[in-house]
Amino acid sequence: MANKREPLSDKINIDMTPMIDVVFQLITFFMLTLKTVITEGDFDIRMPLGPSQGAVSDDPIPPVRVRLIAGPAGERAGISMNGSPVRDFDELQKKLVDLVGTGPGSRAEATEVELDCDYALKYDNVVRAITAVSGVVQPDGTVVELIKKIKFSPPKRPAG
Amino acid sequence: MARRQSDGPSKTDVDMTPMIDMTFQLITFFVFTLNFSTAVQDERLQLPMSQLAKPAEGPSVDPITLQLMSDGNVIYMGEPLPVEEIGGYLENEKRVMLGAGKNLAEATVIVRADGRSKTGDVQELIKFCQEKGFEKIVQRAEYDEGK
Repeated sequence: MANKREPLSDKINIDMTPMIDVVFQLITFFMLTLKTVITEGDFDIRMPLGPSQGAVSDDPIPPVRVRLIAGPAGERAGISMNGSPVRDFDELQKKLVDLVGTGPGSRAEATEVELDCDYALKYDNVVRAITAVSGVVQPDGTVVELIKKIKFSPPKRPAG
Repeated sequence: MARRQSDGPSKTDVDMTPMIDMTFQLITFFVFTLNFSTAVQDERLQLPMSQLAKPAEGPSVDPITLQLMSDGNVIYMGEPLPVEEIGGYLENEKRVMLGAGKNLAEATVIVRADGRSKTGDVQELIKFCQEKGFEKIVQRAEYDEGK
């Protein structure tokens, strides 16, 4: 009796192993090289090299002097604006807005802020002060710009 | 005659489709989140945070990154140095840039200072840069999304 041929199957078996190997190697590579990048931004702050030598400023408004006082461990011990004490950075911002105003007719563009900080003060406080005087963040996330001209007083290294 | 059961292993077909789908989705995720940026971000530093520290629109021109740690040392080319010694290294940078015909006024010095470092040290660092003729000095902070 002649052998009866088996009917050909429609299903083609593809060996998936090499593809899965490669794919898992790719995943491993991407997982190991993954690095999270934190968004960073810049502040452009001027610092005069030395005390002004009798130069007359062209600015019509004298600079607003913000003094940041450090405690023994470098923490913030006090803030003052043009000599008058300020409770915190929110109040500093409020006082500055009262002084220069916002919107049309604002004097923010022409006003300069000079930051006079104690040597040992933690730098974090300076950035908070810069943030407070640079702009107001509205509840919807928009920023109302305040002072653009910010400068540091020259550093004063403590004696001893 | 009773039917004899086959002794060989029975072949079970596993459906690989869901696993391959998921794997390719993972690969797609990793490819899209792949970051080619060469931004210097040292994990030893804890940058101060600000809601107004918006990222720069374009890359800085001839950037020189100086990283000030909380102990007062500056990380320059991966090595920690006292602030007072950075002047010599900046002099080298200046010489190289001038030798390459670049304008010092256009170079950007990026100061990445730890939030716990002394403000005076940050100012000293900026002063050293200014004394060497670098004019464009920016202070970097971490963007605070305020969430």
